[in-house]
Amino acid sequence: MGEVTRLGEGLRAYRLIAGMWIRSSLTYRASFFLTLIGNLVVTGLDFATILLMFTQVDRLGGWTMPEVAFLYGLSATAFGFADLVFGSLDVLGTRIRDGSFDTLLVRPAPVLAQIGADHFALRRLGRISQGGLVLAYALTAIDVDWTPEKVLLVPVTVAGGAVIFCALFLMGATFQFVAGDAAEVQNAFTYGGTTLLQYPPTVFGKDFVRGVTFLLPLAFVNWIPAAHILGRPYPLRLPEWTAWAPPLVAVAGCALAGLAWRVGLRSYRSTGS
Amino acid sequence: MFIEVDGVEKVFEVRKKTGFLKRERRQVRAVDELSFTVARGEMVGYIGPNGAGKSTTIKMLTGILTPSGGRLRVAGIDPSRERTKLAHRIGVVFGQRTTLWWDLPLIDSYRLMHRMYRIPDARYRENLDRLVELLSLDTLLDVPVRQLSLGQRMRGDIVAALLHDPDVLYLDEPTIGLDVISKSKVRDFLRELNEEHGTTVLLTTHDLQDIEQLCSRVMVIDHGRLMYDGPLAGLHEVGESERTLVVDLERELPPIDMGGAARVVKVEGPRQWLAFPASESAAPLVARVAAEYPLVDLSVREPDIETVIAKMLHSLGDTPKPPSDRTTA
Repeated sequence: MGEVTRLGEGLRAYRLIAGMWIRSSLTYRASFFLTLIGNLVVTGLDFATILLMFTQVDRLGGWTMPEVAFLYGLSATAFGFADLVFGSLDVLGTRIRDGSFDTLLVRPAPVLAQIGADHFALRRLGRISQGGLVLAYALTAIDVDWTPEKVLLVPVTVAGGAVIFCALFLMGATFQFVAGDAAEVQNAFTYGGTTLLQYPPTVFGKDFVRGVTFLLPLAFVNWIPAAHILGRPYPLRLPEWTAWAPPLVAVAGCALAGLAWRVGLRSYRSTGS
Repeated sequence: MFIEVDGVEKVFEVRKKTGFLKRERRQVRAVDELSFTVARGEMVGYIGPNGAGKSTTIKMLTGILTPSGGRLRVAGIDPSRERTKLAHRIGVVFGQRTTLWWDLPLIDSYRLMHRMYRIPDARYRENLDRLVELLSLDTLLDVPVRQLSLGQRMRGDIVAALLHDPDVLYLDEPTIGLDVISKSKVRDFLRELNEEHGTTVLLTTHDLQDIEQLCSRVMVIDHGRLMYDGPLAGLHEVGESERTLVVDLERELPPIDMGGAARVVKVEGPRQWLAFPASESAAPLVARVAAEYPLVDLSVREPDIETVIAKMLHSLGDTPKPPSDRTTA
């Protein structure tokens, strides 16, 4: 099967299974709406902590409140999309342990699509809308000389960031083939990643910034493109063009994660009985 | 041959902690040089003690696990390399875990199969009607799966595994936990499926009656090796297993004397237990007891599968016997 048909098959299976999960969650309507509201409130409080900080200080690492909101909006929206699509990959460990992963392997559909769509939850739209709202506010509040190039960079950054987070989710999931119960390790990198990106790179140590630029390419999710748009110095004095690197980093990250996933799947050993 | 297994091995590496940060690696052979073939339309019972390698074999045949060595083909397909292609040809029922959607009506799970397997509409409708009727699920299609009984759910899973007309059906403990009526419904259905549609069936079970009523051929596996491959009667012979005739007499009597045909193993008031070879018919023995003793009631008990296998393994000295060259149609 060619890669393109595989991708098509995967998307189709994803759509089918996600649809089943949406309908399952709607059988408990009250619970569905309550968790949706709860999700909005909790993610809303997330940004409130940053606002709270700015009641005490004018600048954070030299960045103003709208600028930090811009970072927050870019990262939260990108993460929201990745979480919607691949957020359930952390159930892989549980599925492997209870043996239900086997039932996915006998279906005529790519396993990654099946496990990605597992427990698909529309309530995760809450995070995207909250991130989107903060981003919309930030775009009106930041002081920028908008050029067509900078305008275009905003959606490209969100899309690239979403794919980078997807690659991280996939990497984390692959790790669960090796270590049975590594869901929390995965969450540390994904949820932890988006939290640290809400703060300007200038508040972190240089070695740490190096790590999240070259090892885990988190800096490409928002720090570097945001620095370009805001006309601020790049972290680590990276060259000017790296602001447009997120799509490249995203593709490279996905290729690497996809390869790791295949190796992991092939070494899958299943449980006894 | 429809299923070909030739010298297949599966080795797991087990890491054991032997101290702080120290680990010992040990290799465990779950399946060892396993070879057998199954012809199209055969119905084979695959049995063995827990941990013998049954599930590992099934998982390799379905493409879930990659063999460590040897050659494996199902319908000409290498399962682990062409997993999704194989999926269209096989149906799998995992006895202890359902693939049905817990919160949704039963029919929704079938609609998903319809689309996921791209079953043509007409064929889907025809198969669904037929299967649902045969397994008496017609009135339950709109019931959420979580409200079904264990037996209904098992039958529901069997329907789900057959909607796409697979050539081969793997069943892992299909009757485990079911009541007598559900068991016989499942067995009747499987027999008909095999006879009418020629579906090849491979089932693992702990229930000797499943095998007795369904399978013309049994394969026994132990320590990852094939210990026996042949008809069930032969298994009884090798294992010298015994059935038990329980007789209720009119009054307490000394142990019944049937010469070499049977021996009394237990006496409790007017009730006596007689053991006789499982490979022989009970009829002559029953006739003789009835003629010579004041008989009130009787029943025949089958040996359980663990006993039969244990006896067989014991009589073979627990050494693998080379599988016979069988060619069954």
